[in-house]
Amino acid sequence: MGSISLKTKSKSNNLTAPGDVDLGAMIPIATSTVGAGGVATVTFSDIPQNYEHLQIRFISRNTRGSNTLDAIGIRANADSANNYANHRIYGAGATVTGTGEITVNRITISHAPASTGAGANAFGSGIVDILDYKNTNKNKTIKSLGGYDDSTQSNGIVGLYSGVWLSTTAINSLTIVSTDGTGFSQYSSFALYGIKIAGA
Amino acid sequence: MPLSSTMIPIATQTLTVNAGTITFSSIPQNYTDLVLVSVFGASVGMDIHVRFNGDNNNNYSTNRLFGNGSAAYVSRADDSGIQPRTSVNQAATVTTILKENIMNYTNTTIYKPVIGRYDYSGQVETHAGLWRSTAAITSVSMVSLGQAFVTGSTFTIYGIKAA
Repeated sequence: MGSISLKTKSKSNNLTAPGDVDLGAMIPIATSTVGAGGVATVTFSDIPQNYEHLQIRFISRNTRGSNTLDAIGIRANADSANNYANHRIYGAGATVTGTGEITVNRITISHAPASTGAGANAFGSGIVDILDYKNTNKNKTIKSLGGYDDSTQSNGIVGLYSGVWLSTTAINSLTIVSTDGTGFSQYSSFALYGIKIAGA
Repeated sequence: MPLSSTMIPIATQTLTVNAGTITFSSIPQNYTDLVLVSVFGASVGMDIHVRFNGDNNNNYSTNRLFGNGSAAYVSRADDSGIQPRTSVNQAATVTTILKENIMNYTNTTIYKPVIGRYDYSGQVETHAGLWRSTAAITSVSMVSLGQAFVTGSTFTIYGIKAA
């Protein structure tokens, strides 16, 4: 009996032969899980250019001295110059805050608990969408939903975040940074996905 | 080796009679995250708790940010489940959407973070919660305290794989 080769396709109505496999529209590209000792930044490089959008799903606990929380930022193509702007609305405690920044060196995508001030084992989470990332005709928009609850501190944050990278260059790498701290603690994990459109 | 999709529907429940609790049990442990998508209706005053592994003790906390058409608010709860904001002015027809992202649900080292949205015509809401347990999540329940989910409500749980 001859073997059947697998042909991976993402368009369900285009499965035409035995062995064709529909992978769906959301494809895992890479995962970075922080090991013992933590890391300063997390970078996804050599990002494939054959998707329409990217998504990062993460859990995070940052390192920031004795503070209870830290902001998480993202940069494209290792650009650490002030080529970003961002806005966010978030709730913390009993206060709703809307704020924004221009001419900054990252887009804020969420907040996370920070050791050693945060409660043990508490992690934040978020979902980040990087839209039309390879389009060379426009600046790049990034939006996210993120936050955390640190029950032992009776505090936390939840917010909606968006920002722009003022560049028309296709994104081929993404770096996640601790905005005010020094990095990410063990077990923080970031998973990058590619999102396809119909017919891709 | 067979390839598979990234976002896999694990199970769906559609109510044929009103019910106060929906449970997905024996959840496979081979994904990275779970996504619970619920479309439902209930009477005014619905108080939803999302619970894991049958734990109905006060081991959960939730931060909520919401708007009702005239202002934005924030609140926080320590309770017996991940608790989106208690509904007001909610329709009894199937018009409400709750989407929960249950992250790294098999990780036995960390407490489990949850982030979600809870929206209907009278409210837009997002929340971040924490279940204070390092146990891997093997079951997810949605409990509506006081008011039942109405017939026609649908609940689907998905698994998402990372690379």
